[in-house]
Amino acid sequence: MAITDAPPSSDTGDTPVDPAVLAAASLPSDAATEIHEGQLGLLPRLGSVMRMSEVQMAEASDQPLDGENDQTMLMNMGPSHPSTHGVLRLMLELDGETVIRSKPVVGYLHTGMEKTAENLTYLQGPTNVTRMDYAAPLFNELVFSLATEKLLDIEVPERATWIRMLMSEMNRISSHLLFMATNGMDLGAVSMMIYGWREREQVLRFFEEVTGLRMNHNYIRPGGVAADLPDGWRDSVMHLLDMLPPRLEEYDILMTGQPIWRERLQGVSQMNADEAIALSCTGPVLRSAGVPWDLRRDEPYLAYDEVEFDVVVGTYGDAFDRYAIRLNEIRESMRIIHQILDKMPKGDYRVGDAKVTPPPRARIDESMEALIHHFKIFTEGFKVPEGEVYVAVESPRGELGCYMVSDGGPKPYRMHIRGPSFINLQTLPHMMADGLIADGVVSISSVDPIMGEVDR
Amino acid sequence: MADSPENEGAEEGAVEEPAAVPTAIAYGCPLTLSTDDQRVLHPSREQWLLVASAILADGFRMCIDVTAVDYLTNPRRPALADGVAPERFEVVASFMNHARRERIRARIQVPEGDPTVPSLTTLYPGADYLEREVYDMFGVVFEGHPDPSRILMPENWEGHPLRKDYATGAIPVQFKETN
Repeated sequence: MAITDAPPSSDTGDTPVDPAVLAAASLPSDAATEIHEGQLGLLPRLGSVMRMSEVQMAEASDQPLDGENDQTMLMNMGPSHPSTHGVLRLMLELDGETVIRSKPVVGYLHTGMEKTAENLTYLQGPTNVTRMDYAAPLFNELVFSLATEKLLDIEVPERATWIRMLMSEMNRISSHLLFMATNGMDLGAVSMMIYGWREREQVLRFFEEVTGLRMNHNYIRPGGVAADLPDGWRDSVMHLLDMLPPRLEEYDILMTGQPIWRERLQGVSQMNADEAIALSCTGPVLRSAGVPWDLRRDEPYLAYDEVEFDVVVGTYGDAFDRYAIRLNEIRESMRIIHQILDKMPKGDYRVGDAKVTPPPRARIDESMEALIHHFKIFTEGFKVPEGEVYVAVESPRGELGCYMVSDGGPKPYRMHIRGPSFINLQTLPHMMADGLIADGVVSISSVDPIMGEVDR
Repeated sequence: MADSPENEGAEEGAVEEPAAVPTAIAYGCPLTLSTDDQRVLHPSREQWLLVASAILADGFRMCIDVTAVDYLTNPRRPALADGVAPERFEVVASFMNHARRERIRARIQVPEGDPTVPSLTTLYPGADYLEREVYDMFGVVFEGHPDPSRILMPENWEGHPLRKDYATGAIPVQFKETN
C-alpha cells in the first residue's frame, strides 16, 4: 500500500509529498460555511411517501367506517401477489383507485446473509452471496471476488478476466430476458412470459454447461473462476448469438411497436434525473431519466475498457424507457460477447498464487504436500490482509457494491452488499403517486426488483 | 500488511494505538487513503452534517451507500486518521460525483454508550432505506430521520443482528403471539 511508505510526520515540508495530501488537493479544505439546503426540494412528490408503521396501519384499518368523512382507504398489497415480484408488500393509501401515498414493506426474504458471510471463509463466500440477486448470481460472485482480490492485492490472469466478462454479459442477457418475461406478464402480455423464459432457459443451459448449475453457480471465485470454459463453448455461445436477434425482433413486433403496449407504458411512472440522483437510483432506472451513467464505461472494471459498446440512455424517464433500455442492453451485451469471442486470450483461468489457489486435482494424488495444502485451503481458508475496500460493478439492476472489512483472518470481518434493487425501491412511492393501482404495478415491474437482493 | 499496528501475537484483544497515518485536510476534517486508494474522510459526529453538506455542494450529489461496522471484537481495525479516537461502531457512507467520476467515503466513529448520528436524509433523500437498515442491523439511531423504524427485521424484533455480540444460532421465539 502506497501510503505506508510515507514517513509518519508528513507535516514537514522536505519529505516526499504525502499521497493523502495529493488526493485531497482537488477538494476544498474548509467545510461549508452555510448548510446546503439539501436535495429534498428536488422531490416534488415527497408527500407521497407513507410514514406509517404496521401497527399504526392495522389500527387505522380497524377504525369503523365513517361514511362521508372517509376520503381515503388504506389497503395492503402483497406480500404474495403475482405482480409484486416475489414477496414485496405495499401499504397503499387510496382515493378510489388512485394511489395517494404508499410504502414498500420489505424483509420477508431476509435471511441474514451479511451475518452469514462473517462465518464463512473467503472461498465459501461466493456460495453465500450468489443467492442474493438470484436472477444475476454471477454479478454477486464477481463483486465479492473483486473485493477480496483488492484486499489480497492480487491480479487475476487475463483469461479469467475475460471469462468473467463473458459470463457477466451472458448473465445480463438472462436477467434482462427475465425482466422481459415478468414485465410482459405484469402488464397482461402473458404469452410474453413464456417467450422470455424460453430464451432465458437457453442462456441458463449455457451456464449449466460451463458451471454445472443453472443458477447460484459459485463459478467466479476469489483468484479467478472455478473451471476453464468447456470444450465447444464457442459453438454454444454462437448458437445463442444466432438465436437471440430474431427473437428480440419478435419482441419488438409483440410489444415495442404495439399501440396497447405503448399506451400502457409511455408516460407512466415518470421520474426526472434530479429525482433519480437524489434518491440514489442506479442502473436502467437512472439511465431512463437521461443520465448516461454506466460503471462499465465510467469506472471500467475487468476489461470493459477494451471492448466497444454503447450506454443506452432514455429521455422521458418512464416505464417505456426502462423497458426499451433493457431490451437494447441485451443487444449491446451481444455486441460485447462478439468481441469477447474474438479477443478471448489463452492462459490460466485462475491466479497462480498458491496462497489463494488450491493445487490442481492431479497433484493431490501424488503429493502429500498438495493434499495438505488442499485441505488447509478448504478448511481453514486463506488469510486476507486487513483493510477496508468498496468495490462496485454494474449489475443488470444498477450499482452492485461490496464493502468489505478484513481483520487479517480467513473470514471477512464485515461484508456489506449494496443491493441496487433495495435502493431503487425507494423510488416506488414517488413513481406511484397520483397514479392508478394498475400503473403502480407498472412501476414495480419497471424497477425490476429482485427481493432476494432487497432483503439479503 | 505493512501498516499493521500489531503483530501476530496480539490476539488478547488489547487495543493498541494505531500507527500514524498520512493525513490531509478536506472539507474541514481529516482525510486518508483506504486500502483501495479511495479517499476517506473522518469527520466527527458533530461535524458530520456540515461535512456532508460541503460534499454535496462540491458536486457529490448521490449517496451511494450507508453501512456500519461493529468493531467490538476487532482491535486491528483499518487505520484511522491521526487524532481520531476509535469507537465501537463506525458508520461508513459513500458518495458519488458523476460529473468528475469520483467517489469519496466517510467513516464516522459512533460510541457504544450513545449510538446516534445525524441523519443524512435532508441532504441525501436516498439515504433513507440505507440508514433504516443500519438502525435495524446495528441499533445506530439516525437523528432527524423521517421514519426511524426497522426495515428488514420484523417491527417487534429485539436486538440488532449484525452486532458482534448478537449470537448466531436458533432463537426459540421469533414472533410475538398473533392475536
